[in-house]
Amino acid sequence: MEFLLIAFMIGGEMYTKIKLILISLLSVILISSASFARDLVITFDDMNPGPKAAFENAIAKFQKENPDINVIANNGDREEHKAAIRNFLIADAPDVTSWYPGNRMRPFVKAGLFEDVSDVWDENNFHEDLAAIKPTMTIGGRQWGVPYSYYQWGVYYRKDIFDKLGLFEPNTWVQFKYICETLKKNGIAPITIGTRYLWTAAGVFDYINLRTNGYKVHNDLTAGKIKYTDPRIRKTFEYWAELVNAGYFIENHASMAWQDAVVPFANGEAAMYVMGNFSVDAYKNAGLTYDQIDFFKFPEITKDMPRAEEAPADAFFIPTNAKNKRDAKKWLAFVARPDVQSEWNETIGQLPINSKAKVADDKFITEGFETLNTAVGLAQFYDRDAIPEMAAAGMEGFQEFMMNPDRLDKILKRLDKIQSKVYK
Amino acid sequence: MGGVTPTHLKLSFIDWLLFLQQIALFDQKKRIYSENKLVFAPWYFLLPAIAFFLVYVIIPIFQSVWISFYEWDGLGEAQWVGLANYIELFDDEYFYTSLKNNCIWLILYLFAVPIGLFIALFLNQIVFGIRFYKSLFFFPFVISQVVVGLIFAWFYNPNFGLLAYIFLSLGLEPIAILSDEELVTYGIIFAGLWPQIAYCMILYLTGLSNVSKDLMEAARLDGAKGLKMLWHVVLPQLRPATFISVVVTVIGALRSFDMVAIMTEGGPYGSSNVLAYYMYETALSEYGFRLGYGSAIATVLFFIMLIYISYFLWRLYKNEREA
Repeated sequence: MEFLLIAFMIGGEMYTKIKLILISLLSVILISSASFARDLVITFDDMNPGPKAAFENAIAKFQKENPDINVIANNGDREEHKAAIRNFLIADAPDVTSWYPGNRMRPFVKAGLFEDVSDVWDENNFHEDLAAIKPTMTIGGRQWGVPYSYYQWGVYYRKDIFDKLGLFEPNTWVQFKYICETLKKNGIAPITIGTRYLWTAAGVFDYINLRTNGYKVHNDLTAGKIKYTDPRIRKTFEYWAELVNAGYFIENHASMAWQDAVVPFANGEAAMYVMGNFSVDAYKNAGLTYDQIDFFKFPEITKDMPRAEEAPADAFFIPTNAKNKRDAKKWLAFVARPDVQSEWNETIGQLPINSKAKVADDKFITEGFETLNTAVGLAQFYDRDAIPEMAAAGMEGFQEFMMNPDRLDKILKRLDKIQSKVYK
Repeated sequence: MGGVTPTHLKLSFIDWLLFLQQIALFDQKKRIYSENKLVFAPWYFLLPAIAFFLVYVIIPIFQSVWISFYEWDGLGEAQWVGLANYIELFDDEYFYTSLKNNCIWLILYLFAVPIGLFIALFLNQIVFGIRFYKSLFFFPFVISQVVVGLIFAWFYNPNFGLLAYIFLSLGLEPIAILSDEELVTYGIIFAGLWPQIAYCMILYLTGLSNVSKDLMEAARLDGAKGLKMLWHVVLPQLRPATFISVVVTVIGALRSFDMVAIMTEGGPYGSSNVLAYYMYETALSEYGFRLGYGSAIATVLFFIMLIYISYFLWRLYKNEREA
């Protein structure tokens, strides 16, 4: 305003010059705001062929249904995305970003960087349709994102090797150990695992713990309410030690990533793998056929303990600093729609969360669907249920235990110490 | 507003020249300046460097010390905790493991200096194709540390690595060096020595080309040869090269980050961690949300470097004065 007044007072040549500048400035503002209103920037974090295709298909479909929105989709590397999210949520937020539920979203929710999207849940009946994952999307009674996919964990095994040795899918811990012993006697490593990046060991810990103590203890432990030196957790490690001390895990697991551990599985040196369903793709790429591999639920340990499963979900979130929240919410409603979830998950070989969606016709997916639908509770995974600082230390402890089971006391005391520091 | 890159701050070289010229022109008008030109002139030229050094090095050092007194996740409100981070640090096993590994790095990494000298002496002769051999020896320093780390990680791999084949051919069971808590640090240091030796070698090679021929002649006439010649005539002339080699090697050892990140990520279970990587892990990695704690580690690392380097500079200064 002052600027205009001065311009009028100066008059003459100077005035026309300033007027010109003002007009051009104004037109720039108008033009940019016109296109600005309908841009929708979506950031995704999976460059693997399947997920990339599924994401691009969904974008195309969404664009077709909403011609008035100009969708700008960015897809990047997952690890880079993890490193960058803290910066872009503050400095240069997209309108929608992919991220993980549970404690992985907690720091951002607490810092007020994720938008409360409970209204999207209310309007689209998601409380019912997405009930399976609702607890992990909820903090403080509000929902903070919308999940598009999840997958089961369990034991993948070489059916051809089992058949040759006359083995069957085990239901109990005793049967499971018998299978391990038979395989070992035949010169086959019973369980393959690559603990170099730690989280795989957390999968084994979670399962033994869920089967020994159940869902509530898992949640209490990861919420910091139970100590690691608690007798119940010690019991979990006792069972785990039975496998470790008997040499049922493949050698040199600490120098392998999970993909490296597929190699002995594929060439018949190992027969079982405690893993998530995303690994099926890796088995196929390693040359195994569907007849050679199969899946069973992690066997029961404590008798009649209600069965809970690991089922990590992937989700979309709206950053608080997003510019186009109205259309972002449209996208969130879109990705949870039954038809979209069916297509998306068929492409990536995972399970849709929407209970009205169709499950792909694939033996691992149908079995996974059955596994998760009959479970009493779904855990996200140790490193998503526990807070980050605890998860990092815990997983290192699991790896150390797998290599030196005799150090258990020391490890558990150290984890207690860290737990008392990082949970406040 | 889109990006945060301050494009308006990027001054081209020409801009600086014009700026300096302006100052110089202005300068001429003032007698005080023209009389003290020699006093002021260097500062004009130092100014850009000082400004950037302040913004990117000095101020961040103080900021990082300041952050170490807070508990902060990098997102929300920082909370003043005083010395709590340091108290926690001195009760943290991982910190001591990292500190111990840093000491091992510091001692073993210094082997790069004599080995580099030895190779430089060896290569400092005139035969056909010597330039080619020199470039071969220099090669590991040119390639990225990340690549060196990857190559050695494969070399050490117990399933398909070259080392495993060597062990098998000798009838021995392959050792998984990178997942053995006792051996892992030595394995990484060995990999790190490869490029570091090349670095020291090139420093010595340039030093050797400046060794005075006259002095060598004179010494030879006096009957000096072999080790005696090396110790009393050549080495004293190489003192600047030795100084730089030791300083870069010590700094390289203390901030050894990339090799650890690429080869083991501090594993197995933190046993190959060093302070630089531990700081990254606690403050910035996937599970790291403790910027205050990370800054405390950084501060400790900074003081270790500061003490070591100032001791070294002080000794150098003393030697120069005595000489």
